[in-house]
Amino acid sequence: MRDQIQRIRWLIKPALLVISLVPLAVLIQKGLNNDLGANPVETINRFTGDWVLRFLLVTLAVTPLRRLFGWNALLRYRRMLGLFAFFYACLHFLSYAWLDQYFVLADIIRDVAKRPYITVGFACLLMLIPLAATSTNAMIRRLGARRWQALHRLVYLIGVGGILHFLWLVKSDLREPLIYGAILAVLLGFRLWYRARREPAVVAGTARQALP
Amino acid sequence: MLIKKPASILSSEITPREVYQQRRRFLHEAGALAVAGVTVALLPAVGEAGQKFPNLRKSPYSLDEKATAYKDITSYNNFYEFGSGKSDPSERAGNFRTFPWSVAIEGEVKKPAVYQLEDLLKHHPLEERVYRLRCVEAWSMVVPWVGFPLRDLIRRVEPTSRAKYVEFTTLLDPAQMPGQRPGLLGAGLDWPYVEGLRLDEAMHPLTLLAVGLYGEVLPNQSGAPIRLVVPWKYGFKSIKSIVKIQFVEKQPLTAWVRANSREYGFYSNVNPGVDHPRWSQVAERRIGEDSLFSPKRKTLPFNGYAEQVASLYAGMDLRKYF
Repeated sequence: MRDQIQRIRWLIKPALLVISLVPLAVLIQKGLNNDLGANPVETINRFTGDWVLRFLLVTLAVTPLRRLFGWNALLRYRRMLGLFAFFYACLHFLSYAWLDQYFVLADIIRDVAKRPYITVGFACLLMLIPLAATSTNAMIRRLGARRWQALHRLVYLIGVGGILHFLWLVKSDLREPLIYGAILAVLLGFRLWYRARREPAVVAGTARQALP
Repeated sequence: MLIKKPASILSSEITPREVYQQRRRFLHEAGALAVAGVTVALLPAVGEAGQKFPNLRKSPYSLDEKATAYKDITSYNNFYEFGSGKSDPSERAGNFRTFPWSVAIEGEVKKPAVYQLEDLLKHHPLEERVYRLRCVEAWSMVVPWVGFPLRDLIRRVEPTSRAKYVEFTTLLDPAQMPGQRPGLLGAGLDWPYVEGLRLDEAMHPLTLLAVGLYGEVLPNQSGAPIRLVVPWKYGFKSIKSIVKIQFVEKQPLTAWVRANSREYGFYSNVNPGVDHPRWSQVAERRIGEDSLFSPKRKTLPFNGYAEQVASLYAGMDLRKYF
């Protein structure tokens, strides 16, 4: 079984790349078929936003899964998952800035300044930029593991911000954002629990493995 | 050359599939009613969703603008009783029973009564009115409603001098309306849905009680069998599936004001000058008209009905009374 996995391992990354592009392909397909509903701009914006949250949560699930089940191989795919969160966040913002605001900069700035859910969403996008920019091996080396790791803890804040962005957007039915929020709480809660459990070992000098 | 004789059935004589299906459903329900001991004579004056109204008058209050496609009007709805997603109402309201239906007229009136819908309607000739509809979420449509002016009904029931406001209530029926079921935290509003108008707003000739659209009986997702239409106010003021109309002295506490009074006011007149915390009200997207890449169109004060209704609010600070 393990050997078999080893043999097809080279396939996993390209396969994951293709799978991660499926949502975009579905969206384009719907667009070409005129199947985006009565309000296509809203559909595109919500669709891309949903996928940012999903990729963020999947990325944040890597560490708990490694710790719980020893699936260390997952680490190899975390960068790609995180970059796809950034990719869909860029599409999400583009759909807002272009289709909703028609690139009228003054309106966008006013919106970002005035509407808390947009302020938070925009801040998350900005925070994603340094994470994406420092995702290469060369950048990890340049920053050093410790500093790189500290920087990439921003993703926790981005996760929380993403949930707030969604929560403050909806008018009255909070169920969907609360479901995403509950998953995030489990993923972040696990880290706290794990750290609390490991604390004595750290004191004893065992090097901690790279979070996040 | 041999020209073949046309088929003996003209294509125009073939019953369209939808009509056929409606008839089947109608027969089915009529059968069920007969079993229940209800005579067929009592069958709805309004009828099944999709049934055509005969002899509609075209109202002078109608706009000349191109109506939004029927499919868009009936598949993109805010009707939280059936769920908060835009497609929830069209997907879940299909079996909603709109017959029998009664509307209670209560409060400060000389003739309070509970009317069967067909009795209520028989006094009022129906007309077609094409109105703009502007949602607080910054989208808009043009809807060809079928209905009659609310003021005709109000005059008939004779409000007393104490009647200052009109309060409307939607049906409360969690068995039929899944959005009303208690349970998950934050799933919706406090039910039943309540809306209100000042008496002079309710008496305005533009204010309509609608029972149809596109010349046909209102589909369930659009607020069947009877709903309010107030074209110069944001869409949520136009309450759906009304079961009670109360005449009251005090300003009603409406559903959205109760849910969030910072964002929603009692008046909720369409006003590009009063911003909303979530959506800029300066511009709107016309459903089905503006292309994906075209900018939104400017929102007009009172949704373009300022000439007719602005005088209702003379001297009022519309930023305060938003």
